[in-house]
Amino acid sequence: MSLSLFARQKLFYPLAESGFAALIGLGVGGILLIALGYNVPLTFYYLLVAPFGSVPNISTTLSNTAPLILTAMTFAVGVRTGLFNIGAEGQVYVGAAAVIVVSLISLPPGIHLLLAIAVAGLAGAAWSLPVFLLKAARGVNEVISTIMLNGIALNLMFFVSINYLVEPSRTEKTISVLPSSRFPILNADTGLSAAIIFAIIVALAFYAYFWLTSSGYELRAVGLNLEAARFGGVNPKKAYFFAFALGGLASGFAGAVQVAGRSVPYALFVNLSNVTGYGFDGIGVALIGRNHPIALIFAAIFIGALQSGLGGVQLYAKVPFEIIEVIQGVIVIALAAPEALRTIRRKTRR
Amino acid sequence: MSGIDFSQFGFLAVISLNNMVPVTLAAIGEIFGESAGVVDIGLEGIMLTSAWVGVFVSWTIGNPYVALASGLLTGALFGLLHGYISVHLKGDQIISGVGINIFALGFVPFAITAVWGVYGAFQANGGVEPIPTPWGALQFMVPLTFVVAFSFWYLLERTRVGLEVKATGENPEAADAVGIDVEKTRLIATAIGASLAGLAGSYLSIGLVGSITKDISAGRGFIALATVVFAGWRPLLGLVGGLVFGTAQATSIWVATIPELRNVVPHVDDLFNMIPYVATLIVVAGVIGRARPPKSIGVAYKRE
Repeated sequence: MSLSLFARQKLFYPLAESGFAALIGLGVGGILLIALGYNVPLTFYYLLVAPFGSVPNISTTLSNTAPLILTAMTFAVGVRTGLFNIGAEGQVYVGAAAVIVVSLISLPPGIHLLLAIAVAGLAGAAWSLPVFLLKAARGVNEVISTIMLNGIALNLMFFVSINYLVEPSRTEKTISVLPSSRFPILNADTGLSAAIIFAIIVALAFYAYFWLTSSGYELRAVGLNLEAARFGGVNPKKAYFFAFALGGLASGFAGAVQVAGRSVPYALFVNLSNVTGYGFDGIGVALIGRNHPIALIFAAIFIGALQSGLGGVQLYAKVPFEIIEVIQGVIVIALAAPEALRTIRRKTRR
Repeated sequence: MSGIDFSQFGFLAVISLNNMVPVTLAAIGEIFGESAGVVDIGLEGIMLTSAWVGVFVSWTIGNPYVALASGLLTGALFGLLHGYISVHLKGDQIISGVGINIFALGFVPFAITAVWGVYGAFQANGGVEPIPTPWGALQFMVPLTFVVAFSFWYLLERTRVGLEVKATGENPEAADAVGIDVEKTRLIATAIGASLAGLAGSYLSIGLVGSITKDISAGRGFIALATVVFAGWRPLLGLVGGLVFGTAQATSIWVATIPELRNVVPHVDDLFNMIPYVATLIVVAGVIGRARPPKSIGVAYKRE
């Protein structure tokens, strides 16, 4: 009896907090829209209802969800290990560029895709290596080093894609990913690819790693209580290495999903516009999903749905699409204070 | 290659000083807030939003001083929000800061389009008249930044208020025991700190750049956080750190104008743009371990 109550509370509070934060985010977004004279019901229809309203829309929602699951994983793995890894953004760029490089060689279908995914993941992991080294050797806070590496990745990938990977006849994008290294298409009409299945498998693998292996247990131990973990014989540096490497792997995969898993453009735009923003969106997704590998899948669907409603929002409600970033930011701010919900409940009860 | 033109270094010095201002102001504000125990990694977002507000106010009112002050006020409001979440609601300071950054990332391009109907950038009205020098215009905020740095040094190191602020960041229990209102001190310190990041933002848009773009802050808020560590939480070293990073930023702008370097590889300025980030990593890696952060940094104070 008491156990079921405990289980119910353990599930109920995080869910209520995330739901409450989502409401605050949508509420503040709504107020901003009203203040500027936009059609609010129409906007929310396109953001919240339309994304699930038809097969093409559901497909777009799921296509948007795949990279978000992966970048959210980067942040979640960090938090579970007591780290604040905001390097997903840069690791996505590096992973995406790596897939284009793999497209320069030809291989049989299937093998080529697996190689592209693997190289993208390793490139993302490699990009997080300096973060680990700076932290382990010099005690540099990962917030600073990941942000700087994001800035370096952005400019370096601009330089590499426009000089070495560009398609000569269409200079706005790189050469295309070869058909042999693209994710299989699930629905030919909507372009939904197996990337979403891949992302969910990765999420399940992270869940299994964290809760079924001793290495994953060590990461969580370091995240829960560094001193106790050290006393118990866990090497924190080893845990940090795994956390940064696995985080980089996930975001490298996200880069692969963006360029090899979406029919438009099956390449990298040289201004990187089809890979930017996923790292920061992933932070929001991870926080809404309480940094839990399974829960964040649902959070990713929520944010992926908002993103798929953007076309309608912009076209019919004439609202600039960045409104969803505003909503997401407010949701994250609201999630920073879990006490807020409890405080309100306490005050209303009185 | 032609001989070296030494007047180039005069130009570099002026660009460095002009570029020093945002990072230095934000860093000194953050030193003040962190001395009271509250970390604000939302500096980047505060700077970005305030940059938009500055242009908006200068567009509606026209007076550049009022526009600069509006950035200060915007920063203070964000500081109160962040401080309330961190101090009174005992929330997670890092998450709140990230939320502010994500909000700004959306709000600024959203508001540029919503208000002016253009995408990504909008021209600002003229800022405060700069000071002419033989090597180009020196922004009037440069001398003011030195004044701010020395004022905060005096406030933090030489006054009772500074002592109280540092006490709440070092040992809130002891501060509470001697009658200091820990929560109030922390809230005000956070708001004052964030207001400097806001001033940095409005200076950036209406002073330094002359327009608002959706990525105008370009990592300066985060570089300011690195500067705080570099400075070891001391305002005058914050000024030195700001100069170092201002010079790195100016160098990346300056080398892109040298034809000999420009023509080495096409689009080589993308590589030059990496200079401030690489410099920050190197500097931070070189100095960490020397200084110690305030003891109760990032931890909410819960009275027993």
